[in-house]
Amino acid sequence: MTRQVAIAEGLLSWASGEARLIGSRCETCGVVVFPSQRGCPACTGEETEVIELGTRGTLWTFTTQGFLPKWPYAGPGTDEAFEPYAVGYVELPGQVRVEARLVEVEVDDLHIGMDMELCVVPFITDDGGDEVVVPAFRPSGASVDGASA
Amino acid sequence: MNVAIVGIGIHPFGRHEGVSSLDMGGYAVRQALRDAGIPWQDLQFAFGGSLGAHLPGNDPATADTLVSRLGLTGLPFVNVHNGCATAGSALSLAASTIESGAFDVGLAVGFDKHPRGHFSSDPEILGLPPWYGEMGFLVTTQFFAMKINRYMHDYGISSSTLAKVAAKAYRNGSMNPNAWRRKPFSEEEILSSRMLNYPLTQYMFCSPDEGAAAVVLCRADRAREFTERPVYLRAATIRTRRFGSFEVFSPWLPLTRTDSPTVDASRAAYEAAGLGPDDIDVAQIQDSEAGAEVMHMAENGLCADGEQEALIQAGETEIGGRLPINTDGGLIANGEPIGASGMRQVYETVLQLRGDAGERQVPGRPRVGFTQVYGAPGVGSCTILTT
Repeated sequence: MTRQVAIAEGLLSWASGEARLIGSRCETCGVVVFPSQRGCPACTGEETEVIELGTRGTLWTFTTQGFLPKWPYAGPGTDEAFEPYAVGYVELPGQVRVEARLVEVEVDDLHIGMDMELCVVPFITDDGGDEVVVPAFRPSGASVDGASA
Repeated sequence: MNVAIVGIGIHPFGRHEGVSSLDMGGYAVRQALRDAGIPWQDLQFAFGGSLGAHLPGNDPATADTLVSRLGLTGLPFVNVHNGCATAGSALSLAASTIESGAFDVGLAVGFDKHPRGHFSSDPEILGLPPWYGEMGFLVTTQFFAMKINRYMHDYGISSSTLAKVAAKAYRNGSMNPNAWRRKPFSEEEILSSRMLNYPLTQYMFCSPDEGAAAVVLCRADRAREFTERPVYLRAATIRTRRFGSFEVFSPWLPLTRTDSPTVDASRAAYEAAGLGPDDIDVAQIQDSEAGAEVMHMAENGLCADGEQEALIQAGETEIGGRLPINTDGGLIANGEPIGASGMRQVYETVLQLRGDAGERQVPGRPRVGFTQVYGAPGVGSCTILTT
């Protein structure tokens, strides 16, 4: 069976049983950032704690990627055969806006303010035959087969 | 600020097979020297901007190597590399050097020769994790598109207005012999070109290219030694992003939003010059794409958020309008050789204030000009120039 691996360490956690993004919160001012980092860009504080982010939010803005990006892009596609993908910022209430791939939705159906939820989707197959997975957001209520609720 | 611009030079922007970035830089410098009537050996210092050495696949020469072509006179020559504000930074530093009293006469030059296609970068140079690039987020055009998409939502800007901005750029570029894109496009052609990053189509974007521009600066009270028509630099400011501004290459944004570095840099420029947005007769502002011009109008104080829709639809930013913007075709028609881009804006402003802009001359003898560049990693740079 194909093994699934996350695109990077420290990006996702399954500790709670479901996938969650890993961020950090400043111990001085409480500002949340993603991915986790040491040092606070808001208050200059030094100490931060690693936290799991919420999985539901609203779409703050979005766009599409209509042409094959140059290196260091490592995803699928060639200049001749490239499937545009959607990108946006999802606002996680009380925490932070995170930039992410948007999946299981047609571009024409994307709109600012729509409800979104975190999911994990296949990205590429690596040299060792493992399936590399990445975090993404989909319209909340979208079922596994992609039909919108 | 007691600094004057007494010489200007430019190498046409575009694609120039077999011409190196140093060839273009040297060409622009010699033109600026001729314009000022000053020999290279009389220049006391220079600042030179080029980003090529820091971007993969670019012509990598640094600006100071120009001295081997222009003459090894021993002058202090400092390289500047400051993202998309590289040219603005070279100019600002040159002005500060004269202000400090260290020297009276010097040069600011900028050039670049970028490969085709969008700018790419190593995420780790930017302090970003490798996955950010691998997943396809390291594309500047996505940022521009997401910023204008939100702005259109908040302030009611239409796609027709974006198309009008781009159409103006090509129309003005067609009157500029140094521009790259000199074929006019209709709004319909612009709107129906390929969707690169929603809501922005191919013809709404500028592209990286090649070019150079240079200016000779001197202490204001010496300007008449070099020219009958000096243009005075009243302000040259640079600001970087504060917490909460929406910037390119951000894996996350805070929930609260702050003014962009362009807002901060323009306010500082108006204050330094003792002038306000109402005094501006002609402006060259960063139009990486059509939406950037719209948003930068407000960020530079030239109008309130949302007023762009009526102003642009009424033609007020055209050469004959109340506030002519990007009279040389801007980045959309000239492309963006980063090291030269801000210097091109100053070149165009000096032409306009001298009354030498020919077919694209703003009527009514403009006396105050404004320039602004913006870009990665969240830096804005503005100048104010007067007759």
